[in-house]
Amino acid sequence: MSVLSVRDLEVTYATQAGPIPAVRGVSLDIAKGEVLGLAGESGCGKSSIVNAILRLLPPGTTVSGEVVLNGEDVLTMKPGRLRAVRWTQASVVFQGAMHALNPVQRIGDQLAEAIIIHGQGKPREAMVRVGGLLEQVGLPLRRLRDYPHELSGGQKQRVMIAMALACSPSLIIADEPTTALDVMVQAQVLNLLNELQAEFGLAMLFITHDLSVLVEVCDRMGIMYAGKIVEQGPSVPVFSKPTHPYTEALAAAFPAVGDLRFRKAPSGLGGDPPQPDAIPSGCSFHPRCPYAFDACATTVPDLYGSGEQREAACLLVPKGATISS
Amino acid sequence: MRPPEAIGHYDLEAPQGMEPTPPPEVPRSPRAIAWTRRRLSAKRIWATYRKNRLGMIGLIVLIFFIAVAVFAPLIASKDGLDPTCTCTGLPLQPPSLQFPFGTDNFGRSVFTLTVWGSRPSLIVGLFATLISVAIGAVIGIVAGYFGGKSETVLMRLTDWFLVIPFLPLAIVLASILGPSLFVIIVVIGVTSWPSTARIVRAQSLSVKTRPYVERARALGAGHWHLTSRHILPNVAPLIFANTVLLIAIAILSETTLAFLGLGDPLTTSWGTTLQAAFSSGAASAGQWWWLLPPGLAIVFVVLAFTLCGFALDEILNPKLRER
Repeated sequence: MSVLSVRDLEVTYATQAGPIPAVRGVSLDIAKGEVLGLAGESGCGKSSIVNAILRLLPPGTTVSGEVVLNGEDVLTMKPGRLRAVRWTQASVVFQGAMHALNPVQRIGDQLAEAIIIHGQGKPREAMVRVGGLLEQVGLPLRRLRDYPHELSGGQKQRVMIAMALACSPSLIIADEPTTALDVMVQAQVLNLLNELQAEFGLAMLFITHDLSVLVEVCDRMGIMYAGKIVEQGPSVPVFSKPTHPYTEALAAAFPAVGDLRFRKAPSGLGGDPPQPDAIPSGCSFHPRCPYAFDACATTVPDLYGSGEQREAACLLVPKGATISS
Repeated sequence: MRPPEAIGHYDLEAPQGMEPTPPPEVPRSPRAIAWTRRRLSAKRIWATYRKNRLGMIGLIVLIFFIAVAVFAPLIASKDGLDPTCTCTGLPLQPPSLQFPFGTDNFGRSVFTLTVWGSRPSLIVGLFATLISVAIGAVIGIVAGYFGGKSETVLMRLTDWFLVIPFLPLAIVLASILGPSLFVIIVVIGVTSWPSTARIVRAQSLSVKTRPYVERARALGAGHWHLTSRHILPNVAPLIFANTVLLIAIAILSETTLAFLGLGDPLTTSWGTTLQAAFSSGAASAGQWWWLLPPGLAIVFVVLAFTLCGFALDEILNPKLRER
């Protein structure tokens, strides 16, 4: 049974200018011990999915569909049950660890917070457990008594990872955990996340805009564009042999060092992602798509099978045309 | 000119570049950790406070008056407040060796009146402020944190208390409830909280949108936990600085009410002494020794609290600190 199963999730923000659709029908499954990656440009709805899973969206936002976490639908839970489920079944490694820690509390107290809130131990026992957590993420025990400003960016992110493990959840959502970290530290943090995930057999949802990170970390990945998943499948084939033009453009944005093709013709994708309040008709990617034809502007593509365990939402797929060179 | 301080910054004993970190220790009980933390931060605040000259002057004056209030029985006998006491002298005598501040119309020593008058004045100031800050903080945090309808209702209530003039309201309340020290405390407490509520609400609005509050919510924290553990500690410094300033206002209010004849006639405060002096015509009869001591005491205490309040505000609000 999958740990997390999302069906037809739609998230619409209420703004003064009217409703803004951020997620438009996303379905995904994560099994125990599996890492699913979600990638896409800023504003494509990645973080909205994260917030919808734990129901952290601002009041007034309409959410429809199903978010089944360990057999229970999160979206229809009563508030008391919801609070009990938060962090004990799914926890979040937030982006920007520097701001996700309270500046006036010590690291140890903040780590113990989740354990104490969920009644999993008295303050004294919680502190002992917190010591173990710090060790697991490779920080010395005396850091317990430090304030957030005394830690470096990488150390803070380690604290956030330790915090995510505090209540032994079955799912960890990593929401751009490596933004604002330099490449060396980023690699360390990714390794740590991977090790811990394998050690505890956790399911993980990994959100990033960095496709190369996903290939390293994830078993499967989904590419998002304008609130929809446009391609999903095992991460290495999706990255190396894209079947959707948008995936191809994203993958091509990472030059392979030493490959002459990239040196001669650096590629990128023209234009900007569509504004959520003015999403193009038909395939939302057609105004930027190099392969677009007439039908693209009128027909909304479904996810079509495009290979082994793979799906892509492009009208070229059922035609049997291949875009990969 | 201040002596150069830079030399003192370097600890010549410790090797350079080595942080004097405490030896790695097994986590102690959270209470012990919390106390160490509080002791250290108190030390830091004191070090900054000491550099503020006006704040120090205020603090010394304040300690003086608090000592006078605490040790009043040792300085002047309480019998001196009783007009029938044999220790009283002739009425309305100017300062002399026996009566350093002269005597009032009953022949009581004004020195004794002034010393004992410090007690009700300071008690009213302190307790009225506690009530006022408690109301203000709760209303401010609830309005700022929950927002929506509760915010609208609470803030309109605050506005209402803010715009109605303090004195008429206090006079009406005090005369309905009857004159006693307790009533004066309550009246001042329930009329002076709006400014605290506004300040606390503004800060809560800013704190509640910070990512660590969202993180705590994702952690499964409820409203009580979020407000008491995350919002309140981040708002507390503002409340504290505001409190000290409020005490000065509360003492002045007590004096005002007492001067208008709404104080407790059975207690001797600076306000009631002034009122007695004024109503028996001390000002026009040139009996300055009866008016001046309680008047100056009020001025000095209020000034001292204000100086301390500004100094604390400067420490706890880094934007005001001189670079």
